[in-house]
Amino acid sequence: MKKRFNWDFLITRYPVFFPLILLVLSIAINLFLQPNMFALDTINSNMRVFLPLILLTVGQAIVLIGGGIDISVGGIVSIVNTILATRVGLDGTPELMWQYVLISLLVGVFAGAINGFFIAYLRLQPIITTYATSFLYAGFALFILPNPGGGIPADVANLYRTTTPLSLPLAFYVIAILLLAWIYVSSTRYGKYLFAVGGKAEAAYETAVPVTLVQFSIYVISGFMAALAGIAITMLSGSGNADIGNSMTLNSITAAVIGGNAFSGGIGGVAGPVMGAVTLSLIQNIISFAHIDTWWETLVKATIIVVALAAPGVINLIRRRRA
Amino acid sequence: MKRFTITPPVAALILAIALFLLSGFLPNSYGSDIDVAMAQATNIVRLAVFLGVIAAGQTLVIISGSEGIDLSAGSVVTLTAILTYVYVSGQDDKVLVALLISLVVGALIGFLNGIGVTFLKISPFVMTLGMSGVVTGAIIVVNHGNVSGKVAPIMTRLIARPISQSIPIPGAIVIWLIFGVLMWLLLERTTFGKNLFAIGVNRITAKLSGVNVTWTNLATYSLAGALAGFGGFLLVGNTGVVLIQLGQPYLFPSIAAVAVGGTLLSGGKGSYWGTMAGAIVLTLITSLLTTMQMPDSVRRMVLGATLLILISIYGRQGALRQ
Repeated sequence: MKKRFNWDFLITRYPVFFPLILLVLSIAINLFLQPNMFALDTINSNMRVFLPLILLTVGQAIVLIGGGIDISVGGIVSIVNTILATRVGLDGTPELMWQYVLISLLVGVFAGAINGFFIAYLRLQPIITTYATSFLYAGFALFILPNPGGGIPADVANLYRTTTPLSLPLAFYVIAILLLAWIYVSSTRYGKYLFAVGGKAEAAYETAVPVTLVQFSIYVISGFMAALAGIAITMLSGSGNADIGNSMTLNSITAAVIGGNAFSGGIGGVAGPVMGAVTLSLIQNIISFAHIDTWWETLVKATIIVVALAAPGVINLIRRRRA
Repeated sequence: MKRFTITPPVAALILAIALFLLSGFLPNSYGSDIDVAMAQATNIVRLAVFLGVIAAGQTLVIISGSEGIDLSAGSVVTLTAILTYVYVSGQDDKVLVALLISLVVGALIGFLNGIGVTFLKISPFVMTLGMSGVVTGAIIVVNHGNVSGKVAPIMTRLIARPISQSIPIPGAIVIWLIFGVLMWLLLERTTFGKNLFAIGVNRITAKLSGVNVTWTNLATYSLAGALAGFGGFLLVGNTGVVLIQLGQPYLFPSIAAVAVGGTLLSGGKGSYWGTMAGAIVLTLITSLLTTMQMPDSVRRMVLGATLLILISIYGRQGALRQ
């Protein structure tokens, strides 16, 4: 029984450990295929593409920690995108844009509050509730903008694309703020409540944790983060499309799980999921740089994801066999 | 005094009938013509068959608990539909083998899901989501976007056509009824069914009472895969053509059908009758919205709102305060 290297301890105490390995691995492969990856221009152009998914994943990660799931986030992204693209327009002023950015954030919070109301106060099951509201939101986005079009002023879009304070991409600052905010939040009473509710809601209730309020809040946070993601992706693309958020929902869930947040709730953090989101986006890059035949793309990507998900389990199995 | 309760399957069925009767008032609906009304009702149930069969595996996996869900069902349906289509290529004598292939291929994919979920401890949601990607990817690689084949005449006759001249009920509905009875027997009258509910309620107590949790879980996912495979076989028999996106539109409705039918998404409680009723309700709502010629955006919103109302009525979990 003399084991200096304690794997279980490592995995449970530092949930970021495994996502970090995956991230380093995918960066290494990407660097091999794209030697100029660390050029500032390349980093910036990569990070601005990754940022919307990162923002969305952070919201999803918090919902997962709180023991829920939010499959309506893609719909919220689409609503925000269509609002900005139709109300601001290509020839709008920056003032108008910021005004609608504010409105978008409120819309996101409101959409999240609808989810939270049904799940926390009416006690419906999260997966089916957010599935139902995803139709509501995606339908509403399509109602606002039936055909792709519209847009935001080019100078506002460029602000997102080319701002590099201290020659570092904007995304780095956003990620830093997110992580600092998370470190603060998880040290507060609310942070403790969040993990308690996700771990076992009934037990948390017994110990006077305001379970309903916490459950409500995670969907509001998720809605807010989805609105931020919607704003980011609109500034990235510069145009409107009611289907823009569709594919992002499942990606945000996969990224959060690769990042070590479990479905059972009460486990994980935000740093891991951010790495998960970057890893997932890098995999997409790797596939396009590796010049894989288009027909093979879906299969290769899905296989990599399954292998990445299975790896911790496989390691555990081998370890237990030896012990 | 005993509280008056309606079970979810009955509630869903009453709702379906009420909606259908109300739909008679729509401008381009059946009006006062009984024959047309019957034909329309039959048609809706016929369309519900495919959703219902695909949702059968989903029901099993969801009852098994521990966040059980099968997101690979849609891609398995597409895969077995394509396999059937290509293998049968219009010959009646190959149909039985094609059915066997569909079941085995589906079970194999389900088995892999089960391995990932049971042994590697991957959450069912992401495991089956990943598997769905792998299967879809494999379909794209193998057929390169175009397939040549043909459905056998006997499949069309048994699945899509009425059983006889005098009885205007399509074979699919008869198959579904038999299928429903078999599912009921499986869930309520076999050891496997009892074990399934047991592991759905609480895996630890189930294990302590002598249930082989690992095996039951593996069997559940394999069976769910096989049932999705059967769904693909039936579906291609009805449509007669295959598309790369044939099964995917059935995926989330299959989960919704299970939820509307009163099966707890947290596991341990549910029935296939409920899922059947849920499949009919969902198909009915979708086809009503199509009949009303609403734009796609309004249709999606109404579907979402209806689903929300339905689950608000009886999908609620117990209060925290016991």
